[in-house]
Amino acid sequence: MLERTVQIVSNERSTDAYYRLVVRAPEIAPLIQPGQFAHVRIAPLKDALLRRPFSIFQVQGDTFSILYKTVGKGTEALSRMRPGDELSVIAPLGHGFTVPQPGAETPLLVAGGYGMAAMYLLAQRSPQKGIVFVGGRRRVDILCEAEFQSLGWQVRATTEDGSHGEKGLVTQPLLEEIRNPQSAIRHPKLFACGPTPMLKAVGQIAEEYKVPAELSMDEHMCCGVGVCLTCVIPIKSGDDWEYQRTCSEGPVFDAKDVAWEGVK
Amino acid sequence: MNLSVQIGRLVMQNPVTVASGTFGYGVEYAQLLDLNQLGAVTVKGIRLNPVRGNPTPRTAEVTSGMLNAIGLQGPGVDGFIQKYWPFLKSLPVPTIINIWGTTVEEYAEVARRFHALGGVGALELNVSCPNIKEGGAQFGTDCKLLAQVVSACRKATTLPIITKLSPNVVSIAPYAKAAEDAGSDALAVTNSYPAMAIDIETRRPKLANVSGGLTGPCIKPIAIKLVWEAFKAVKIPIIGMGGIQTAADAIEFLMAGATAVAVGTANFYEPQTALQVIAGLREFMQRKGLNEVREITGSFQPGK
Repeated sequence: MLERTVQIVSNERSTDAYYRLVVRAPEIAPLIQPGQFAHVRIAPLKDALLRRPFSIFQVQGDTFSILYKTVGKGTEALSRMRPGDELSVIAPLGHGFTVPQPGAETPLLVAGGYGMAAMYLLAQRSPQKGIVFVGGRRRVDILCEAEFQSLGWQVRATTEDGSHGEKGLVTQPLLEEIRNPQSAIRHPKLFACGPTPMLKAVGQIAEEYKVPAELSMDEHMCCGVGVCLTCVIPIKSGDDWEYQRTCSEGPVFDAKDVAWEGVK
Repeated sequence: MNLSVQIGRLVMQNPVTVASGTFGYGVEYAQLLDLNQLGAVTVKGIRLNPVRGNPTPRTAEVTSGMLNAIGLQGPGVDGFIQKYWPFLKSLPVPTIINIWGTTVEEYAEVARRFHALGGVGALELNVSCPNIKEGGAQFGTDCKLLAQVVSACRKATTLPIITKLSPNVVSIAPYAKAAEDAGSDALAVTNSYPAMAIDIETRRPKLANVSGGLTGPCIKPIAIKLVWEAFKAVKIPIIGMGGIQTAADAIEFLMAGATAVAVGTANFYEPQTALQVIAGLREFMQRKGLNEVREITGSFQPGK
């Protein structure tokens, strides 16, 4: 992890309330592993002091990008920043996804909304190309399909209102694929990033069908480096459980280690 | 220019440490800053046994500050010694270990354990955490109990003892005096302020614990006054803390009577803060022609 002042290369609205931010960070970019995040201080916030964590989307040369949705004053202030403006970034942070070995598992990615962004590097660096299952409420919540398709991945989208792809939840086509005896996928492994109920459903599917799964867990974060103990989730430990930090031991956990009965 | 200060027998190369609970066990920040430039590393509160901590959400951002109710999650004395002590012991800067218990006896036992460990810089008695049912602030808001905790620890160790006082009292002076009389070598002023926030969309508290402790720049003026009041009440040194973001903030604490200061919440959003405070303090001393940092302590002039 490094703390650096980085310059904004571009910060453009893609659809609806979603933006794509690219920053030049020559020392940080080469260190980034799939599933890691950047902790960003948005200076214009003034009296809102804390950094905001964002999953890293793409790495290109000496830049990296994030996809974000304007949901509060932090992301709104960020959306008003312009190329040339500076941000303080601590990155890369967290324990990310395990990239499969050549000839080993084939990833089935399960993404809810902008959880898709956190999985791009995994898709890019995985030697086996798999399927991305992406779900959202409406058409505008389905992001970066084209980026995954251009990596040679199959994308299967679902929306709750049926405005794009299949109508329903993202777990439906995933279940069809896993149950399909004719499936071309050998040694599937699930990787998921999205809202907690979706992660829990993916964890249950993994358990029921005895498929390995890694989940990028979402918990409110503060320091991002493991000192404040804000972002903890319950993780099995022997017969009991303990709180572990999504910023340090996570955000990616093995699905079978999560003590779901304690997850909100 | 001499920035070194003394807290009991503990010598700090400069008067800047970090507040317990905002710096983990030091090792977490080792990649981001040179820990050896600090006056001391102060670690998160430790009791005898491991502590699971409170449910989430544990923190919430508020205007110019934050709320927390972590619940003193920690590895216990043995877990700390095994997992974190080898690293801390290898640092040239001293470690201040923040300790707590649910009984007077537990405080004393933890003090004994760290005394026996050897190499510890000082013990900070946490008698002021607002987020746990037993222990913590229960001892810091009752002068008799406070004196019992301090004197039991005093008997258990010859290590310098720093008593971290609660802000949640009508007047801090009797508590400061009680700690001094019971054998405390120094005071830490102050801990977080009991506070809460509500999510108006859901009508739910922003913390699972409902209420928590308020920290950050918003508490600084209150903490400055407490340091000043404690300074007038005792002769032992005070470590001032509460919302320090800049060298100017730290100098204010020193002028109000602090011998040293601790950077707390600012570590969460700007890990370089403590080092920036040290650099800025040096600059201030140069500009004012001061040779000794301790000349600043209590130099505030309340009269006309």
